[in-house]
Amino acid sequence: MASKALFKYLPGHQAGAAGTVSVLVNGAVVRMSPASSLAAGLLAAGITAVRVSPVGQGARAPYCMMGVCFECMVDVNGRPNQQACLITPEDGMEVTTMQAAPSVLDAQEAKHV
Amino acid sequence: MSNPAIPLNDAPSQLRDLVVIGAGPAGMAAALAAQRRGLDVLLLDEQPQVGGQIYRSITQTDAQRERILGADYVYGKSLAEQVRASGLTHWAGASVWQIDPDKTVHVLRNDRTTRIETKSLVIATGAMERPFPVPGWTLPGVMTAGAGQILLKNAAVVPQVPVVLAGCGPLLYLLAAQYLRAGVEIRAVLDTSAGTDWRLAIRHASSLLAGWGYVRKGLGLLREIKSAGIPFFKDVGGLRIEGEDAVRQVRFTSAGHSQQIDCELVLLHQGVVPNTQVSWSLRAEHHWDDEQLCWLPVLDSWGQTSLPGIYIAGDGAGIGGALVAEMQGALAGIGVANSLGFGTSEDGAQQRAQIAQHLRIRPFLNQQYRPKDEFRIPADEVVVCRCEEVTAGAIREQVQLGCVGPNQTKSFSRCGMGPCQGRQCGLTVTEIIAKEANLPPQEVGYYRIRPPLKSLSLAQLAAGV
Amino acid sequence: MVALVNPASGSSDVLVIGGGLQGLSSAFQLAKAGLRVRLIEAEYCGRHASGVNAGGVRTLGRHVAEIPLALAAREQLWHRLADIIGSDGGFVPSGQLQVAENEADEIKAKARVAMLNGLGFFHEQWVDQQQVRELVPSISPHVVGGIWADRDGYALPYKVATAYRLAAEKLGVQIVEQAPVLRVDHQAGMWQASTAQGAFHAPWLVNTAGAWAADFAAQVGDPVPMVAGGLMLMVTQRVAPFVKPVLGAMGRPLSFKQFDNGTVLIGGGLRCEADASQRHAMVDLNRMPKSAQTVIDLFPHLRDVSIARAWTGIEGFMPDEIPVISPSASADNLVHAFGFSAHGFELSPMTGCIVAELVTKGTSSLPISAFRVDRFAAA
Repeated sequence: MASKALFKYLPGHQAGAAGTVSVLVNGAVVRMSPASSLAAGLLAAGITAVRVSPVGQGARAPYCMMGVCFECMVDVNGRPNQQACLITPEDGMEVTTMQAAPSVLDAQEAKHV
Repeated sequence: MSNPAIPLNDAPSQLRDLVVIGAGPAGMAAALAAQRRGLDVLLLDEQPQVGGQIYRSITQTDAQRERILGADYVYGKSLAEQVRASGLTHWAGASVWQIDPDKTVHVLRNDRTTRIETKSLVIATGAMERPFPVPGWTLPGVMTAGAGQILLKNAAVVPQVPVVLAGCGPLLYLLAAQYLRAGVEIRAVLDTSAGTDWRLAIRHASSLLAGWGYVRKGLGLLREIKSAGIPFFKDVGGLRIEGEDAVRQVRFTSAGHSQQIDCELVLLHQGVVPNTQVSWSLRAEHHWDDEQLCWLPVLDSWGQTSLPGIYIAGDGAGIGGALVAEMQGALAGIGVANSLGFGTSEDGAQQRAQIAQHLRIRPFLNQQYRPKDEFRIPADEVVVCRCEEVTAGAIREQVQLGCVGPNQTKSFSRCGMGPCQGRQCGLTVTEIIAKEANLPPQEVGYYRIRPPLKSLSLAQLAAGV
Repeated sequence: MVALVNPASGSSDVLVIGGGLQGLSSAFQLAKAGLRVRLIEAEYCGRHASGVNAGGVRTLGRHVAEIPLALAAREQLWHRLADIIGSDGGFVPSGQLQVAENEADEIKAKARVAMLNGLGFFHEQWVDQQQVRELVPSISPHVVGGIWADRDGYALPYKVATAYRLAAEKLGVQIVEQAPVLRVDHQAGMWQASTAQGAFHAPWLVNTAGAWAADFAAQVGDPVPMVAGGLMLMVTQRVAPFVKPVLGAMGRPLSFKQFDNGTVLIGGGLRCEADASQRHAMVDLNRMPKSAQTVIDLFPHLRDVSIARAWTGIEGFMPDEIPVISPSASADNLVHAFGFSAHGFELSPMTGCIVAELVTKGTSSLPISAFRVDRFAAA
């Protein structure tokens, strides 16, 4: 799901700058600043949609950036449903996006109760 | 299973005088005021640094961002520095998931659950963006203006594509001005306020004069935006955001004329509202305010709720802005000190007078930037519960079947049962039911809020204290 | 005796107190029998135990006295609910499995099955480790077997309550909500239920007031040692499907099921503080570590799944953990059905039938002597 980056760093804050860490996002290395949230790092790297709604299967992306909307939930180091906007990137962190439900199988149907 | 040993500053079962939840201006001020009067205080926040949202990342900003964000943001440095210098115990990354009636606070921090016992509480969890339910608002590429500001403050990140700003209120114009300073291309500003009704504004003349500083600031921002030649659309209605799996365009009317703008990024904002999740979970008394169009906790003159020993300060008490939040925080800190017998005979009159002065502009702002009905009580097709994708029409159907409250519609439709626990839909649902059932919002009520207030895994719960 | 239409009684033959499932199914069955029913509910129908329980349609693991009622409810009603009330209430016949985790559990389970067989009941079957693995492939390998009831399942409490309510209203039942009954009195052959919204009258009274029923029972001269308590449940965020049957455990309290939408409901004896007079119970997640640990023991892959929310409701608990379903022992024309001690959901459709029989014929075709209201009186 490659998409054009909607966001960029201000001059002087490039992703590869000193002090950044390497986070594995869906297996690929993405450099991020540990001074800002994982959600910010993902957006600046061009990863906008981070999950699939388990209800309607639509793509979802961070919305509020402050922990209130729960849209930015990703898998971090094997743990599902972590709010990326509240997480500090760490070297070697493994992030998996576009999950509808943890360890989702393609055939899963999600219906309203 | 007990918690494995992890070095904490203090033993978990130590009884504090005061726990402050939220390290924004209100929380910082409350903690400082109480500590300076001799109380044993613990300041908690789920973010890694102090500052809340308004002063987000203030302790690690730089000259470039300060220039973009402006003097009001830079002011927050002094508060953060006071906190650092005071030696206050501050737990960062602490997520509150339950508060008991006896005020015991349960937090998740570093993957461990801990309980904190305290004699009093100041809840300073601030505000959040008012929900802005329009068709397409759940698409990737739609965020809030507040989110835009947080990205700028926290990560020095700005839009790379032309951005459409839609909504109303000072924060929207502030962000537009900040983006201009940062060289961001603003495709258009879509102003959804109903237009300056100067006759109504005259009614608030005295508050206008009193808060002229705020007003002048706002007019100055608008000037900045207009002189930059950004397309500015007034009296916007019928806003629709469209695209398959990402934003492609917005459609709307402006002063009656249909418009369409191609874009990939839309930032929405129609004011902020108190974040009442914690206060509702405690079953503190709340009152629906028709002017602010939200729930306000019922507070005494120190900021104490209907629950003794539990105070609320800052935007969580009612929207007043950062300076008011700081003053309310100090007032609450003093109130707590007084109530615990720490020998102060301060009556708080001076702080209250200053707060009142700064709040005089609010009636004007509330009227001027009152969100339109269609954006609070949307059409049937619009999803109001983002988590469970429940539409406004579904809620109205439930009301027709006899539901007269949000807890009933929740049971029927799952609206409010998703991960955000009703934070994004609560106000909308209360207003939809009120209108459909022809009842005052006060009577309709709000969701019953239960722990866990924040996510807790089975493993974290199993290992809990 | 069926009450004849009495002009002085106003417009009802029967007053039903309590709009939970016991009251709603009673009202429905009474209306089906041709009576005019008024149901009076303190808040809104299905607000407490009926709306917030785990939804287990369970004949498995019951007190022996309940088994005939539970089996009748399952076979005659749950599996045909759509025909009866126009909705299946979300009933899924997923089967219920009560796992044995060690040798002691296994001995206990086999003894129970043998005991039931001796009484002529065959709805509970011992299944061995391999059979458990076939039923629930993802369960922890330490489980040695279990008791299986294949026609049990689960339904959606709020949906069932609402369906009963709508079906009752279609038959002319009048429902009054937001009207807590303050007291009941019997005068000149008429029952009077007093509320802030006025007093209601009818020749017959049915006490299905759940956690509040003991007060009314005492008022009419049938004191019972019932206690109102809170029960908690929690539900997780969505997980990919991994279990079909509803699960319990022999050796520790557990009620566990996964819905179609992937969320997992966890409960099982989770008591919490309740204030019946305030009609409020308090969720305290700190009472749940054992439940959380039980789930992780059985399904280690769930350890990092988050709890989306927890909730609670107020229920009436009897000291012998079986309900009261009987005519009053001291007053005329009154039937009690309450005190279901956290397992009334599955019985509720049949409770309504029994109540209707007691009102219209004075007897029940199912054995209910174990549920007499006066069984606690000194011999």
